[in-house]
Amino acid sequence: MFGSIDPALLISALMVASVPILLAAIGELVVERAGVLNLGVEGMMIMGAICGFITAVESGSPALGFIGGAAGGAILSLLFALLTQVMQANQVASGLALTLFGLGLSSLLGQGYVGIKPPLTGSVPFGPLADIPFFGKVLFSHDPFVYLSVAIVAAVWAFLKFTRGGLILRAVGESHDAAHALGYKVQRIRLLAILFGGAMAGLGGAYLSLVRVPQWVDGITAGAGWIALAIVVFASWRPWRALLGAWLFGGITQLQLNLQAAQVPIPVEYLSMSPYLITILVLVVMSSGRGRASLNAPACLGQNFHAAR
Amino acid sequence: MNANAGAELLRIDGVTKAYPGVIANSDVSFSIREGEVHALLGENGAGKSTLVKMIYGLIKPDSGHMVWRGEAYAPAKPSMARTAGVAMVFQHFSLFEALDVAENVALGMENPPPMRELAARIRAVSEEYGLPLDPGRMVGDLSAGERQRVEIIRCLLQSPKLLIMDEPTSVLTPQEVEILFETLRKLKAEGTSILYISHKLEEIRSLCDEATILRRGKVVATCTPREKTARELAEMMVGATLTPPERRAGEKGEVALGVSDLSLASPIPFGTSLKGISFAVSKGEVLGIAGVAGNGQDELLLALSGEITTEPDRIRIHSHPVGDLGPVERRKAGLVAAPEERLGHAAAPNMSLTENALLSGAVRKGLTRNGFIDWAGTESFARAIIEGFDVRTPGTHVAARALSGGNLQKFVIGRELMQDPEVIVINQPTWGVDAAAAASIRQAILDRAAAGAAVVVISQDLDELLEIADTFAALNEGRMTRPRPVEGLSIEEIGLMMGGAHGMEVAHHGA
Repeated sequence: MFGSIDPALLISALMVASVPILLAAIGELVVERAGVLNLGVEGMMIMGAICGFITAVESGSPALGFIGGAAGGAILSLLFALLTQVMQANQVASGLALTLFGLGLSSLLGQGYVGIKPPLTGSVPFGPLADIPFFGKVLFSHDPFVYLSVAIVAAVWAFLKFTRGGLILRAVGESHDAAHALGYKVQRIRLLAILFGGAMAGLGGAYLSLVRVPQWVDGITAGAGWIALAIVVFASWRPWRALLGAWLFGGITQLQLNLQAAQVPIPVEYLSMSPYLITILVLVVMSSGRGRASLNAPACLGQNFHAAR
Repeated sequence: MNANAGAELLRIDGVTKAYPGVIANSDVSFSIREGEVHALLGENGAGKSTLVKMIYGLIKPDSGHMVWRGEAYAPAKPSMARTAGVAMVFQHFSLFEALDVAENVALGMENPPPMRELAARIRAVSEEYGLPLDPGRMVGDLSAGERQRVEIIRCLLQSPKLLIMDEPTSVLTPQEVEILFETLRKLKAEGTSILYISHKLEEIRSLCDEATILRRGKVVATCTPREKTARELAEMMVGATLTPPERRAGEKGEVALGVSDLSLASPIPFGTSLKGISFAVSKGEVLGIAGVAGNGQDELLLALSGEITTEPDRIRIHSHPVGDLGPVERRKAGLVAAPEERLGHAAAPNMSLTENALLSGAVRKGLTRNGFIDWAGTESFARAIIEGFDVRTPGTHVAARALSGGNLQKFVIGRELMQDPEVIVINQPTWGVDAAAAASIRQAILDRAAAGAAVVVISQDLDELLEIADTFAALNEGRMTRPRPVEGLSIEEIGLMMGGAHGMEVAHHGA
């Protein structure tokens, strides 16, 4: 009954399907490593989706569209940074509000763009490489963003592990009081991390509206931002595990589509809820029986920092 | 004045710093010469920490100025202070538990070398100064003494001219203090000046050349500590004569609290598991449990208060097994507990004093009836605590977080002691409390014991334990020594009970 599913196509498709959540997750990972919990990923993604879509349609250039998407996400995240870092608002409430605001605003901005086709983003021309059986399909048939997203994961990993900037970022997330005592600008570092997270979420959103779907529909992200948040925990705040997590979730999403196409006699609803169910399961398994420390969570995650002490 | 002292290194001239409602420093002036160990002496809240934070560039003075080697000195941020040659070892360690030693050191340096080279330099400096340390270890796994070594080495790697140490010995065993002093004397001999903040008078008398004494933000005296007695120094610091708590030799009754072979995994990240703890406390007895922070004190309090439960027979109150009962049932059985952390653990920060009185007093004072709160009764209970323990507050409606540390401590201790308890467990009863308030808290504990309560006091302040305890035990890496009578214990024996110098006996050999 699974005979109609082609593994090469499935793997190739899951890599594409995982790009938006991977981009959003790697951004959020950096934000959380700096000690900030931004629950507005969904809102920043959808703002990236509409801003990217509008820019691409108006300019006719997909590249400009992606830049616009990243900018849209970053601008919305700036609002979050203003609320939580400058005005010391609660991070959870601000993040949730950001999501709701982003969903509403994107819907408003997108009113004139329903049903329009965006300019197409092509695949990277690998020439004969793409004709290698199996590997050609899996590795060399994608658009640039599939490769870019993996490169970003590698860059974030190297940044956190090997550079002084990465060390300072981790230090701020680990103990903002100690970082402040040593003279690091906690709020400024967190602001930069939040902006990066917003830009990455926006890029992920733009990928949805410009490549994955590709058109504008209300609520296009459909919970991808929440999955990205879950992946960060699943990855225990480590970049390469985030890639693994994104591919896993992308794979499940893709598999349930393929299973539906293969007419497996299970109600469609069960299949569509399976990625979310598995997310919950994985989170429960990850958190059971072990302390926060073994999960590697930044010790100051979600806590605001008041400098005047 | 030392005849052989060097030129003036740093002069503080009329520095003032005010926060809303409180003047932390008022017209403070003193100077430090090269190669001098200068003590900054004062009670909690006297303004010592504010002053050194200004020297380190963390905060800016409102007025006044500083002179560093003859030039105006006004560091806008810590990196400027570090560049000038100021290094600081913090009271509450400025360390990152989830990072390793080398990363922690790198964060405190201006231009750290590559990690591998840094690790080699850490090894070299730690050997030179007798402070063994493995650069690859996670700081969260280190003991308090080892963590302090991380801070000191971080400072030494920058070859400072002035080393500021903020209460460095409060977390060390007596043996570790000796080793630290060896290191400091070595630094002094090399010409480094040290600004040493403490309220431990004997230490200052043995180590420091000069002392500046602060009281409520003002310099009240300068002196040469060797020429004064500890008592004279204490009275300059407090500004009043001190009366030590009065001890009544009470009769010891039957065992009220028994703990047998208690082992427990720690629920706290980087915490210490308890391993086979056994002791018994009789009515009228005060058991003092010493130990360097992080050796299982918090876990022991959680286990005794009922916040972590265990097998029934492990903990007995009046020979009834209570190990599997939660805090409320244990309160019913007669046990009250006061944890170390005032805000957030002992008291709910945003709730009023009345509400906080209810939270722990409801069971034993009968402040609820059929699920409804007896507000009038609660209010009078809160007022009784405030009067009985001299808590300075505008009223019972004030939020717990609005009280100063010492006043809140008096409130949370008073709240427990006024519930006619039969067993009392307190962790750090006088942490961050000024000397007069500390004396009254200790007196209240002794009065309760004289009235027949069995008392367990966990504290890092050895002097406090020796003052109030009948029997003495120490926690070290989750294990507890057998309790011994306080009388006849020497400070060396106590140090060894606390774990000695944590594998550092070889340090400074021949030094």
